[in-house]
Amino acid sequence: MAKYPTEPLKCWPKAKELRQQFYRNFSEAKEKGGIRWMGSAWAPDAVVRGLGKDVYSVTGEPYGASCAFDKPLSAKFLSAAENFGFARDLCAYMRNYWGSILCNEYALDKGKFPKADFAWSQHICCSHAKWYQNACELEGGNVPLFCVDVGAGAYPPFEPEMYPHRIRYVADQMMDGIEWMQKVTGREYNDELFLEAVWNDMRLTSKWAEICMLNRATPAPLDEKTIYSLYVFGVLEQSNAEFADFYDELYDEVKDRAARGIAAVANEKARLMTDTQPPWGFLNIYRYMEKWGAVSVGSLYTFGLAGTWLYDEEKHDLIPRAMPDKKPATREEGCMMLADWHLSKPEYQHFYHPEYKTKMMDAIAKNWKCDGVILHYNRGCEGLTVGIAENRLGLLERGNKVMAYEGNMGDEREFDETATINRLSIFLESLGLKIED
Amino acid sequence: MISAGIDCGAKNTKTVILKDGKVIGKGSVLTGFDQEKAVEESLELAIREAGISRDDIGKIFGTGAGKDSVRMADDKVNEIKAMGKGAIFLFPNARTVADVGAEEGRAAKLDENGRPADFAINEKCAAGAGAFIEAMGRALETPLEEMGALALKSDKEIPMNAQCAIFAESEVIGLIHAKTEKQDISKAIHDSMASRIVSMIRRIGVNKDVVMIGGVAYNPGFVAAMKRELKLEKIHIPDDPEYGASLGAAVLAVDG
Ligand code: SF4
Repeated sequence: MAKYPTEPLKCWPKAKELRQQFYRNFSEAKEKGGIRWMGSAWAPDAVVRGLGKDVYSVTGEPYGASCAFDKPLSAKFLSAAENFGFARDLCAYMRNYWGSILCNEYALDKGKFPKADFAWSQHICCSHAKWYQNACELEGGNVPLFCVDVGAGAYPPFEPEMYPHRIRYVADQMMDGIEWMQKVTGREYNDELFLEAVWNDMRLTSKWAEICMLNRATPAPLDEKTIYSLYVFGVLEQSNAEFADFYDELYDEVKDRAARGIAAVANEKARLMTDTQPPWGFLNIYRYMEKWGAVSVGSLYTFGLAGTWLYDEEKHDLIPRAMPDKKPATREEGCMMLADWHLSKPEYQHFYHPEYKTKMMDAIAKNWKCDGVILHYNRGCEGLTVGIAENRLGLLERGNKVMAYEGNMGDEREFDETATINRLSIFLESLGLKIED
Repeated sequence: MISAGIDCGAKNTKTVILKDGKVIGKGSVLTGFDQEKAVEESLELAIREAGISRDDIGKIFGTGAGKDSVRMADDKVNEIKAMGKGAIFLFPNARTVADVGAEEGRAAKLDENGRPADFAINEKCAAGAGAFIEAMGRALETPLEEMGALALKSDKEIPMNAQCAIFAESEVIGLIHAKTEKQDISKAIHDSMASRIVSMIRRIGVNKDVVMIGGVAYNPGFVAAMKRELKLEKIHIPDDPEYGASLGAAVLAVDG
């Protein structure tokens, strides 16, 4: 018998429609006389918003994940990338993306892959800049690229201070980027639109963190499989006002669910957390865990990629970063505020030391009351998997039960479903759970 | 009470029958394609050795990669739990157990009741399992049963890639072409596999009472390589290591 009441999310159809519209906008941009750009999901997209209201993007990582979800299509894209000569051990999203260009097929509507007018990205993982450098070449070689280097050091408390010169280093590149964008598009830049977009970026990412906080409730109002479909707005376009408004709506609904004790998984008996991207073609492993009464309540990945948080050393907790007191008033102020905001992203911190990530993960395990941690040794993503074996040891030392499995978020050839299910069964059984028929 | 544990593995299916804490019957057959038939046959062998009838058995537990084929089982237990219980039944001080079978290598850290506190399983490659030595034996044109004894004759250190069975095979062929002695190649093969299993054991933690079960524990060359890698004088190995997990399943059928 179900332990808790459950009900579907009312926001679900809207989330689906918003996502579809986003991808449609990209393919139909030219019919509307608009501009298309491509770039990383972590790129400061607010900067591009100053070019006008008719500027549409496709961000590479969620696009790569959508490809991976469709296994036959992904196999076609991956083999196209390999046949072109790209190595098989590179970022799997990137290979899906390149394969999609090479096959000239847009995964979302199966039409032709829409060519971008320019590429705007940032660079923290060693794949980011190379991804779009190659994409620009594959799209004909005349697509200009601008990449913002965000390797400016870890944010406090991991380093004592976020020194102003570090913020300026990133902000100045954004300022240069604005000049560059005007040149390559021939458009005049609108600072008002930009400043509004900076505010929306902060609004959206701060609200996402607030939504994740609600999942501390028992039973958890959201399960991670659902969270994957919701956090995506924070990686499609963080400065999108419609997305930010959607998160306000979602927050109200999740808050209401938590208050009424509405569970994502009616038989919740144990709470888990994960890490890094899942193998997108095999999300059924989450449904399998539910048969044991185990619900994955989130991860640093889903919480921190779309959310802005600060780690509180004293409380050993993650706290949603509060909105600034006032909106930026000038272009320079906007760039400085945006740079500072982005540099505090939790998912940037572990690039400097795995221990920073271990601390944040352990804080999630403790404060979201997790009984176990499932780590994906994700061969498809060097950026987020670097240091994960260290994280495992750190989490074990801190008293967590940890299971690891190998796989790949975007290349099904590297995921062994039967072996992973077997491993999950062993782990869930060791947590004292029993599978329900 | 009489209980039975059936471990349906990738290569062999093994059954142990236990009566009042004593093993009274054992049976092992090749698993082949028909797992259910193998389960029936191994159980029959064990029943015959025990001199009992099937109705005398109070409870049957299944385990192993093919545990779903143990149709007559009252319950199924996972391989880690079964190997842990088997190890601690034989060696009560055991806290680290490695089970190296034909297709999979596993290691577990146990609590005092034989329950797994942490575990590791080798990933998608034969390089951490018995099939690796078998494949390398084919390249060396040496039967599997002779590989271990051959390795013991060598004291050479030849590094070999243990990450992938395919790469390792081409290394073996390279060594053959370089006129390396067979015994030295055999030792290198065992060393490389042991280093892979040991790195898995180290991941979960080693203590001095390490138990090894699984069919590969019959191989003296591999056991010697494991001791060297673990820097241990002794590794506890039961008389019939391949029955470790089925024994654990039989114990669990009694203990729950
Ligand atoms: S490797 Fe990972 S972090 Fe790097 S670009 Fe690919 S998905 Fe992003």
